[in-house]
Amino acid sequence: MSLIEITEVRKSFGDNEVLKGIDLNVEPGEVIAIIGKSGSGKSTLLRCINGLETINAGSIQVAGAQLATDELHLKALRLKVGMIFQGFNLFPHKTAGQNVMLSQMVVKKTPKPEAEAMAKKMLDRVGLGHKFDAYPDELSGGQQQRVAIARALAMQPVALLCDEVTSALDPELVQEVLAVVKELAAEGMTLLMVTHEMRFARDVCSRVVFMHMGRVHEIGPPDEVFGDPKTPELRQFLGAQH
Amino acid sequence: MGYVFDYSWLGQYSGVLIKGVWLTVWLILVGATFGVALGVACAWARALGPMWLRPIVGGYVEVIRNTPFLIQLFFIFFGLASIGFQFSETTAALTAMIINLGAYGCEIIRAGIQATAKGQFEAGWSLGMSRLQTFWHVVLIPSLQRIWPALSSQIVILMLGSAVVSQIAAEDLSYAADFIQSRNFRAFETYIVATLIYLALAILLRQLLKGVGWLLFPKRSAAR
Repeated sequence: MSLIEITEVRKSFGDNEVLKGIDLNVEPGEVIAIIGKSGSGKSTLLRCINGLETINAGSIQVAGAQLATDELHLKALRLKVGMIFQGFNLFPHKTAGQNVMLSQMVVKKTPKPEAEAMAKKMLDRVGLGHKFDAYPDELSGGQQQRVAIARALAMQPVALLCDEVTSALDPELVQEVLAVVKELAAEGMTLLMVTHEMRFARDVCSRVVFMHMGRVHEIGPPDEVFGDPKTPELRQFLGAQH
Repeated sequence: MGYVFDYSWLGQYSGVLIKGVWLTVWLILVGATFGVALGVACAWARALGPMWLRPIVGGYVEVIRNTPFLIQLFFIFFGLASIGFQFSETTAALTAMIINLGAYGCEIIRAGIQATAKGQFEAGWSLGMSRLQTFWHVVLIPSLQRIWPALSSQIVILMLGSAVVSQIAAEDLSYAADFIQSRNFRAFETYIVATLIYLALAILLRQLLKGVGWLLFPKRSAAR
């Protein structure tokens, strides 16, 4: 059994079917890059995996937790997968440390001292231990995104979903976030990332998924996908990147 | 204009005035606390609550916002009494104020909630928080911060509007002023004093609300 099993998933917004039967199995420790044009369904797929979008057909399960629409199932699923957003989405009224502590205390009922210790550890891990008491708007975009990663990690998920985590960042801040993601990958974290960082995908990922018109159009190790694209759509997509 | 101002009555009636001020202050402090709490609950219900609850809360809000406060007060004090629910003047006054602020507060707070970026909800949910937990821990405080000036004004309006509770003989500041001027026949001086006290109370109340905001909202968290 794979860690993440996505089976025949279909998703429509009104009449517009954005996912037309997605099958994807992810093994523990795999780092998957999902690439494709905007509108190809890659972000939607990611958002389906932790239940931010409902699906119309098919099934998704992560480490035994099944996607369903009730809060109990959703909570179980969301404890397995963390999510990092393009827009960081830190809580503006809480410090970096409190951002990382909140869900531990609210969801897992972790006592405050332990949550605080975990928050310190996770912020250290992303190189921001010294920013524990800083509010989000006192941090750069790159720092905010690293706090968001620490916040997700503090819930000890088995996998992380990264939705264009560097797209909202100034170019000089991209690398500090990618370095953290790379480290996570090296430590064996299972990652699914929608990304436009092709070089990063090539260097770090175990497999690359190319989505086109709501389907997995091509999938394979980065060498194959980038070095020897089989379909004209992927060739065109890669060509347009340069 | 041969009018001679006379404030010599102040000493004699200071006890009455102080008692009136005290009730006005007590009513607004307790009324605002519970009124805002009711407003938060209703705002949640109307913006994020179950579909069946939304029109019910909406109905309450519209009824209260489109009828005079005085009539609401009379309804609670005289209307309900006539079908067997008797309240003291103070209880009726407090109840009317809470219900009134609950409705106005609901609409103000709802605006704050609806201005919340979708990503804030999604971040809360993604961390495993339930919808209610996300509202309470993530959405509420920044929402209140957004609309705090408007809500503060509404609370001050309620305090000033609470003068009408004297009409059911709740012994507030207005009641005290009416009482005094009916004894000393010094309407001008009496109402000038009452006016100045209301003015001072309103200014103090605004400062108090600023202070509450200062405690409630950490610095620089106004973003989004």
